[in-house]
Amino acid sequence: MNAPLIGARVLRKEDYRFLTGAGQYTDDVALPNQSYAAFVRSPHAHALLRKVNIENARKAKGVIAVYTGADLANAKVGGLPCGWLITDVKGQPMKEPPYPSLAQGKVRHVGERVAVVIAETLEQARDAAELVEVDYEALPAVVNPVKASTSKPIHDIAPNNICYVWALGDKPAVDAAFAKAAHVTKLDLINNRLVPNAIEPRSANATYSRADDAYTLYVASQNPHVERLLMTAFVLGLPESKVRVVAPDVGGGFGSKIYLYPEDVVVTWAARQLARPVKWTAERTESFLSDAHGRDHVTTAELALDKDGKFLAMRVRTTANLGAYLSTFASCIPTILYATLLAGQYTTPVIHCEVTAVFTNTAPVDAYRGAGRPEATYVVERLVETAAREMKIDPVEIRRRNFIRSFPYQTPVALCYDTGNYEATLDAVMKMADVSGFASRKQQSLKNGKLRGLGYACYIEACGIAPSNVAGSLGARAGLYEAGEVRVHPTGTVTVFTGSHSHGQGHETSFAQVVADRLGLAMEQVEIVHGDTSKVLFGMGTYGSRSIAVGGTAIVKALDKIVAKGRKIAAHLLEAAESDIEYDRGTFKVAGTDRKKTFGEVACAAYVPHNYPLDKLEPGLNENAFYDPANFTFPAGSYVCEVEIDRDTGTTQVVAFTAVDDFGKIINPMIVEGQVHGGLAQGIGQSLTEGCRYDETGQLVTGSFMDYSIPRAGDVPMFKLDTRETPCTHNPLGVKGCGEAGAIGAPAAVMNAITDALGVKDVPMPATAQTVWKYLRQEKSDARV
Amino acid sequence: MHAFEYHRPASTQDALSLASKKSEGRYLAGGQSLVQAMKLRLSSPTDLIDLGSLKELSGIKVSAAAVEIGAMTRHAEVAGSTEVKKAIPALAALVGMIGDRQVRHMGTLGGSLANNDPAADYPAAVLGLGATVTTNKRKIEADKYFKGLYETALEPGELITSVSFPVPKRAAYMKFRNPASRFALVGVFVADFGDKARVGVTGAGPSVFRQAEMEKALSAKFSPEAVANIKVKPDGLNNDLHASPEYRAHLITVMARRAVEAAIK
Repeated sequence: MNAPLIGARVLRKEDYRFLTGAGQYTDDVALPNQSYAAFVRSPHAHALLRKVNIENARKAKGVIAVYTGADLANAKVGGLPCGWLITDVKGQPMKEPPYPSLAQGKVRHVGERVAVVIAETLEQARDAAELVEVDYEALPAVVNPVKASTSKPIHDIAPNNICYVWALGDKPAVDAAFAKAAHVTKLDLINNRLVPNAIEPRSANATYSRADDAYTLYVASQNPHVERLLMTAFVLGLPESKVRVVAPDVGGGFGSKIYLYPEDVVVTWAARQLARPVKWTAERTESFLSDAHGRDHVTTAELALDKDGKFLAMRVRTTANLGAYLSTFASCIPTILYATLLAGQYTTPVIHCEVTAVFTNTAPVDAYRGAGRPEATYVVERLVETAAREMKIDPVEIRRRNFIRSFPYQTPVALCYDTGNYEATLDAVMKMADVSGFASRKQQSLKNGKLRGLGYACYIEACGIAPSNVAGSLGARAGLYEAGEVRVHPTGTVTVFTGSHSHGQGHETSFAQVVADRLGLAMEQVEIVHGDTSKVLFGMGTYGSRSIAVGGTAIVKALDKIVAKGRKIAAHLLEAAESDIEYDRGTFKVAGTDRKKTFGEVACAAYVPHNYPLDKLEPGLNENAFYDPANFTFPAGSYVCEVEIDRDTGTTQVVAFTAVDDFGKIINPMIVEGQVHGGLAQGIGQSLTEGCRYDETGQLVTGSFMDYSIPRAGDVPMFKLDTRETPCTHNPLGVKGCGEAGAIGAPAAVMNAITDALGVKDVPMPATAQTVWKYLRQEKSDARV
Repeated sequence: MHAFEYHRPASTQDALSLASKKSEGRYLAGGQSLVQAMKLRLSSPTDLIDLGSLKELSGIKVSAAAVEIGAMTRHAEVAGSTEVKKAIPALAALVGMIGDRQVRHMGTLGGSLANNDPAADYPAAVLGLGATVTTNKRKIEADKYFKGLYETALEPGELITSVSFPVPKRAAYMKFRNPASRFALVGVFVADFGDKARVGVTGAGPSVFRQAEMEKALSAKFSPEAVANIKVKPDGLNNDLHASPEYRAHLITVMARRAVEAAIK
């Protein structure tokens, strides 16, 4: 017992529950007198609502109620708020159009909610939903973000469909640097729109107790406290004390479950109208249509270099598609979490980025695994690799010439990197990937009729967005701290409450490792509780790879308070001075003696305070802490991807993928590897298979798994992984976060490999077989000429 | 899913009699396409006549000249049959590529052919081998069975009972999968009967079809080179997100060449 647990490959505590089907997801929650909701959704991308006739639906068998936007408006239910105010280049606030939970007068994307039918059974609700008659007057749809500003307005408040034009960086300095550059590399890049596809669809089940005048909402959410705050303070106007939000087991989120969604509002509001629990669970089709999507950038990017390949400046212009409405954090993704990352791992002295964010008649777009940082990495790493090829400098060498080497490093795009060692991960990945053997592997592939390519990506990530006051000055309408509570029980076991939320990340294990390690207890003595506003004091939830760096640190701060109080109790029990008490892995000792009390004995004394300094110290052993980080953390890494392309069909196979990441200190290497595997799979998915497509009328073409292609096991190779470690300098665990890295670094590595294999400047993502075949055909016809 | 009446007749006769009375009813074979469509409320039959108890519609009979498979035989049984693997290995291999493991344990030959999905695998073998479809009323040659997009020669209420596949000298099926659905974006079945060759193409057009030019070339010489340079016209081929008619046309040639390579191996 008491071997170090931080750094150990502890098997996941939660897996017994999940693997035996004992997980308790929102849809598993069945309440007495349960009713079921079905939403009537717009088949039009853009249309006026002439009339919504609910009479036949209301009379249908089993129907309890039918509500439309008018009912919510009459009840003064507010629209959904946006959590981040962006101020544009002219100092004006972004355009914030109303985002009603049920459409008011107009629909703005296919799948928008027009009415809700609540019935005794789900089938009755769905049958009756078909009886709601909606008279639409179709309007032309705005789908292409680049054409949005010249199209007819979707919202009255935004006459040219522009939410904001925002910029970061010193434009005159950038323009001056470009003017004297020896070489300029320019790329037009599209960061393809993605559908998140958590395995568990969104779900919400609300109940209202007249006796207590209180609500409980079970919801598949990544941050139940934020959901409660937004819903009570901005939408329903309720005291938070009267609303309990429970996010039980949640089957994946990737960002899509951060937000407050209309369905959550509607079932909560309706539960009170009907004094009955109201449940809704998305069908997969509804997930495709109405979960917040990710990415969707159109970018022109330029890199200015001197004759030696030293980066002089970067200029980036991006059009970001926000969809039809502002989702909870939509506005900060293509700005604060994007432009600030454009320095990458390099000393580019000046950078300017201008972002035009537009409304279109498509589903709202918000954070999706990586959220802005994959888009930034894609811009930087595609530019760097392309510049190297154009200047005939080895792509590794050009990176080495430009690496940041001294820390802390202040970038020209607002961030200050605390630590890192980019050379170390690059050296390691080149060795592991056997880059020196690539030439002979390429020859072998050619013999088999296949093209082979190799691509790099050296990414930087900013996790644990912070501190709150800086974020606030940039427009954040929420704090960015995390809360933790450590409750020591009289027998010395511990329950830890965290505001972070686990929806696949394994917090019940890795957080328990931190606690058990710091207190010197066994894993079995530590229980992690999350996801319930009635249990956890507060929390901002889990997104942006923040949980261990921010949530974990809050717990450590609470643990420190526990130990500090424990020392006082032990000093009393051992009749020693507090300053002489040392805590060492489960035991309070008088320094230099063999007199000691175990953690359990001290806990017992705290709760059975017979021999206890009651005049100086409260009984009990329970502490909480809030932690607001001093800075982001900056994980970084180097990836090498090798692809083979079938010249006959255009099929690309990722034949090798090697990743060396620096996540700072690692709590559980097995869980970290799992996170990297998942991120890489999603990054490879974005590169090769996934692409959300709307047609010109705003119909979602990729509305099911028949057409939207998420990567399968066969689409990814056996990953080769390793880590290097530069501990974060400003949190006590030295941790940085690992959840998004794979999705951030992989697309650039894959596309650099594909363009290398084809010998072309750019191929759009996803590089499906058909897309690659077009380039191969071009290559053939070029060769004939 | 809309409400419907469920029937489980004990004999083929009862099934046919039920079908004649329920004009908006449907036979339920493996349910791998129909039930999905019902769940999406795209199909709403009033009655489902489950053929699952009709043992006489299930089974495999192999002779020197033909493999006869009952309409209700599940894909997994065909794919795993040592007799089929021996007689027409390409057929067993094709069936083993249909859907996923769950689909193969429910899906049936008759269900696949009655549905005639343009991207289904079975039709490529039925047409590529020149099979004969037997129904409760008659025998239909493959060439006369497939009529168009989800259209067949079957009349209302007509029930497929079995399919007889002639045993070729050699054959193979090559499937280029739709990256999302994993159905055939293009699937080509080639069969060499010694004196003549047949080529069945699925996934590429509104319905499975034969490729005459390739058949002629392969009948003259059953070799990869015979088809490698045949340029298929894209006219009339499917056009969707995943493949243009031009890409499908190109893939037909590539898959045909690879199928011949596999067949002669």
